[in-house]
Amino acid sequence: MLATEVPAIPRGVRLHFDRVRDAWVLLAPERAVTLDPIGHAILSEVDGRRSFGEIIKELAAKYNAPADQIQADSGGFLDALCNRRFLDVVT
Amino acid sequence: MTAPPPIAMLAELTHRCPLSCPYCSNPVELARLDQELDTETWARVFREAADLGVLQLHLSGGEPASRRDLTHLVRAARDAGLYTNLITSGIGLSQQRLAELDEAGLDHVQLSLQGTNPEMADEIGGYKGGFKRKMQVAEWIGAIGFPLTLNVVLHRRNLHQLPRALEMAVEMGARRIEVATVQFHGWALQNRDALMPTREQAKEAMATVAQARKDLKGTLVVDFVPADYHDDFPKRCMGGWGTSGLNVAPDGEVLPCHAAQSIPHMTFDNVREKPLKDIWYKSSSFNAYRGTEWMQEPCQSCDRKTVDFGGCRCQAMAIVGDASATDPVCIKSPHHAALQAQADAHSAKVDAPLTYRVGPVKAREPVT
Repeated sequence: MLATEVPAIPRGVRLHFDRVRDAWVLLAPERAVTLDPIGHAILSEVDGRRSFGEIIKELAAKYNAPADQIQADSGGFLDALCNRRFLDVVT
Repeated sequence: MTAPPPIAMLAELTHRCPLSCPYCSNPVELARLDQELDTETWARVFREAADLGVLQLHLSGGEPASRRDLTHLVRAARDAGLYTNLITSGIGLSQQRLAELDEAGLDHVQLSLQGTNPEMADEIGGYKGGFKRKMQVAEWIGAIGFPLTLNVVLHRRNLHQLPRALEMAVEMGARRIEVATVQFHGWALQNRDALMPTREQAKEAMATVAQARKDLKGTLVVDFVPADYHDDFPKRCMGGWGTSGLNVAPDGEVLPCHAAQSIPHMTFDNVREKPLKDIWYKSSSFNAYRGTEWMQEPCQSCDRKTVDFGGCRCQAMAIVGDASATDPVCIKSPHHAALQAQADAHSAKVDAPLTYRVGPVKAREPVT
């Protein structure tokens, strides 16, 4: 995902805390994706308005982590979600 | 062994259905009078499922829209915290009813397609006017904005329509299509002569799906269940018996898979009598084929035994007469060659008529 692209969580996809397994999951049509802390942190910031780059900047400040590291860790994950139609890119 | 908590539950709300598809997965003995669970019992079962770890609820049937309390059931499922999916033919859904389901919090709709034109769809579904109505319902679904999956069961008669089905999914704005080559359980087992795809068709479906996955990447997700009898390795049925999913039948019996009632020595617990949690972890039916200890040879010494868990227990029962045997689809099964020959013979019965599913005429919806 490019830093300029704006990710959005489409209807029918939502974050859910799985109290039985004590983990965050992304619930989507007929699928549940277990999220690691980075995945959860990013998706929590996705609001359909801010770009991927802006979200990374914010997370870098919040967690005192290098932005390029966060981008490298999460870009592929978001692309995979897009390919599964669990995430949209709005233009 | 310790079983993990289940992720998905299929709630078969009713066996009643306006369609009579010859590959229906419902049991063939539908004549028995179903005492369908009432609204409150289903709501309790949904809460028990969520407490147990279920995340995904599939409301199915029969035709779930045949239940007058469907909207209440959807609301109860959402209140329990479940991701709620409606698996429907569309028949029985009006614009008003879809708006109510939207309001109740329905997450997703899976619409079945019996064919890509009225001639095919209405013949396979055994319901005149069904295709036209379904197209209308698809429009309403799109207007509301429900995420949509189209599902199509492929067999010898309609397999050539797969390319058009893929186009239709895109036109309807579906995010996903489930393309399932017919699996021979329930009514389909009685219709093997009429439905068995040829070997060439099975290959054709694979190639079409592979191409569509490339062409439609990011637009339409294509999930595919290949033809079974023509394959050399069996399916990892239910992701492993009693490991990820469970079914609740209309009368409250809890099944490890929708065809489990075809295994004659197996008995099933009922949600009317036991909590779902006890049934999942302790019942003899769920524990029967968990893990690998129950396996015979050639499964027991096979390096794929935790890949496919020996395949489908119901298929081993139906073809070999032993639910613990290796799924005869497997190339290592002594019955594999016979099954492949049988598949070719079925697929050559060009003029075989369809045997339609017969409905549970006496099934009643409880009055609440």
